Amino acid sequence: AQGAAMPFGNTHNQLKMKYTPEQEFPDLSKHNNHMAKVLTPELYERLRSKQTPSGFTLDDIIQTGVDNPGHPFVMTVGCVAGDEETYDVFKDLLDPVIQDRHGGYKPTDKHKTDLNADHLKGGDDLDPNYVLSCRVRTGRSIRGFCLPPHCSRGERRAVEKLSTEALASLSGDLKGKYYALKNMTEAEQQQLIDDHFLFDKPVSPLLLASGMARDWPDARGIWHNDNKTFLVWVNEEDHLRVISMQKGGNMKEVFSRFCDGLTKIETLFKERGHVFMWNEHLGYVLTCPSNLGTGLRGGVHVKLPNMSKHAKFEDILKKLKLQKRGTGGVDTAAVGGIFDISNADRLGFSEVELVQMVVDGVKLLIEMEKKLEKGQPIDDLIPAAK
Amino acid sequence: MASSFTRLISGRNTAVLLASLGAGTMATSFLLSENSSLAAEAKKKLYPPSSDFPDLRKHNNCMASALTPAIYAKLRDKLTPNNWTLDQCIQTGVDNPGHPFIKTVGCVAGDEESYEVFADLFDPVIKDRHNGYDPKTMKHPTDLDASKLTNGMFDENYVLSSRVRTGRSIRGLSLPPACSRAERREVERVVVTALAGLKGDLAGRYYSLGDMTEKEQQQLIDDHFLFDKPVSPLLTCAFMARDWPDARGIWHNNQKTFLIWVNEEDHTRVISMEKGGNMKRVFERFCTGLKQVEHLIQERGWEFMWNERLGYILTCPSNLGTGLRAGVHVRLPKLSKDPRFSKILDNLRLQKRGTGGVDTAATGDTFDISNNDRLGKSEVELVQLLVDGVNYLIECEKKLEKGQDIRVPAPIPHQHS
Repeated sequence: AQGAAMPFGNTHNQLKMKYTPEQEFPDLSKHNNHMAKVLTPELYERLRSKQTPSGFTLDDIIQTGVDNPGHPFVMTVGCVAGDEETYDVFKDLLDPVIQDRHGGYKPTDKHKTDLNADHLKGGDDLDPNYVLSCRVRTGRSIRGFCLPPHCSRGERRAVEKLSTEALASLSGDLKGKYYALKNMTEAEQQQLIDDHFLFDKPVSPLLLASGMARDWPDARGIWHNDNKTFLVWVNEEDHLRVISMQKGGNMKEVFSRFCDGLTKIETLFKERGHVFMWNEHLGYVLTCPSNLGTGLRGGVHVKLPNMSKHAKFEDILKKLKLQKRGTGGVDTAAVGGIFDISNADRLGFSEVELVQMVVDGVKLLIEMEKKLEKGQPIDDLIPAAK
Repeated sequence: MASSFTRLISGRNTAVLLASLGAGTMATSFLLSENSSLAAEAKKKLYPPSSDFPDLRKHNNCMASALTPAIYAKLRDKLTPNNWTLDQCIQTGVDNPGHPFIKTVGCVAGDEESYEVFADLFDPVIKDRHNGYDPKTMKHPTDLDASKLTNGMFDENYVLSSRVRTGRSIRGLSLPPACSRAERREVERVVVTALAGLKGDLAGRYYSLGDMTEKEQQQLIDDHFLFDKPVSPLLTCAFMARDWPDARGIWHNNQKTFLIWVNEEDHTRVISMEKGGNMKRVFERFCTGLKQVEHLIQERGWEFMWNERLGYILTCPSNLGTGLRAGVHVRLPKLSKDPRFSKILDNLRLQKRGTGGVDTAATGDTFDISNNDRLGKSEVELVQLLVDGVNYLIECEKKLEKGQDIRVPAPIPHQHS
């Protein structure tokens, strides 16, 4: 039979060719996500016969966006990649999605990578009376393997094996241990929950509809160093999610460990004949187009009870290129005036630039908070748009 | 011009990569395409079936009981004519290990041919689920002659409502786990066109899920007709909820006694129901309606999926044969508290559910009682079993009311092997 026979996906893509594009085109009339804004019937017709070498198709890419119309106030992405080539074979869809999501980033733009923590100015002295914790996360994909929406069980296990072998070689401050989700004891599980490290089977329909939760919990796990300041998730939404975090206001230290750890992990992979998915246009390649470039979200948990009630709070965040979330993460509300404040951008700025924005922006927000505590105005502190 | 996306791995690194995964270095050079990801064909060779075999050690479903590494190795790379694969059949069973007390099926068909191409898996699953029925040697009887049903009028002091349901699939179109949007829309078109031809007490109307007004929706909810997007992971992991609510809908006759669901868990689910105890009339309408719908689609060159080994072909192997569940909502306050209740049901080939349907618990003393079996007995036989069984339960209830003792009936033969 013609066509790629992959363990998962629309393996009968070629059979759909007997139906017209109009007969197959999804009903996006109630949809509000980036994919739905970009995908016209003409574009669908142009792309529907294509597939990547591993057999990922247009309908595979967009299924999550078809199944999740979105929210009137929050714009979701609505499409995912199944492998590195998705971004090339289907660039006619993904380039405009990327442009829309990443502030006008053009197909010809180049992305800079900078993981030299020495380039960060300051950031070691965020006021601990306000900043409760600092955290930086990103993701990495291993070249040559399909991504979570599309990988077979064999591939996912191979990613786990390679990753755990590399991580087992880390030493010193980064020495740690791997806990496979399907093997952990009750005691280990409880400890990971108490540490807020454990990730669960995805429940978000955005992830489920893309096929990422298949075969759970096979080949999924959590690695962390003995100090509990450096954490790697294996095979959740990406091949690897890498997290550096600690209590207090020393973002510089968190970012230094982040860069050091990532660089060491990359070296360990290279020694074993593997590289991360990366190119000079899209930076690090990850499953969701929203995480391209740096894939970096650097943030703090910070007390801003007065700021958050200020009429210009949202506007100020926007000018600072920051976003707010509740301390439960994306989709949660803030509790007790404590916010998760992080960089809004991912692509088109380097890692250093983004963490610098967080450091500078949070410092300013704390200054404003202190003024508001004293009943003083903050208008002269409000920045111009960046 | 080389794509900016390809960064060729050096020959040495590639060999190391592939060797670390266990593939012989000699074989690897021709397996690589120019691109970074392995081409699908190359991947099949690099990952033997053993590397893909699911971890089923914590699983308790029919698929996990039947699927051996040898069967998986034999079937992994096969395709149905619609390019449906074994992995797609079993995904729901891999993702849902099951419950220690309830044995779920754990696999679905993507098309009619799934049951043939993957017979090495489906045959033992069918045997397990359907009391030893062997599709290789046995034939399934189809009988939709409602006139044969006897004693089909229940005592309405006990029976509150009567219902019969089944499913039908349109031959030539993929089933809900596999269908494309165009195929699903074609199912809707074929079925809705046919239903528009029903007349008399079967004349009715179609409500598309995506297009219905708020008012129509509320009415369907009040009538207990509306079905929702599946939330059960058994269904969502089998890819049945894709593109919701596109091409899904509900048709019912004006009397609200004959109802058809389009593109939910099967192409169609057909339901005949009424308040009260007139199961005879419910079954008559069921058979008449089904035959008329079949005739109407045949006029346009379509037919239902059916063969003499498996009867009517549906998505879930548990619904093969008749796909028929005939049941009542019945009050059994005394009998339900008797310790022999479960055994009596078992012997009568009946099952109990709460009145919210499968997975609900009974509230108060009212139960949903229906037939256990689907395959190997005809529609008439199964509804007769239900009728005889419910009549027996009501007799028991009446006896207990009078302080008399009841008898556990002899078990009805149901094993096929």
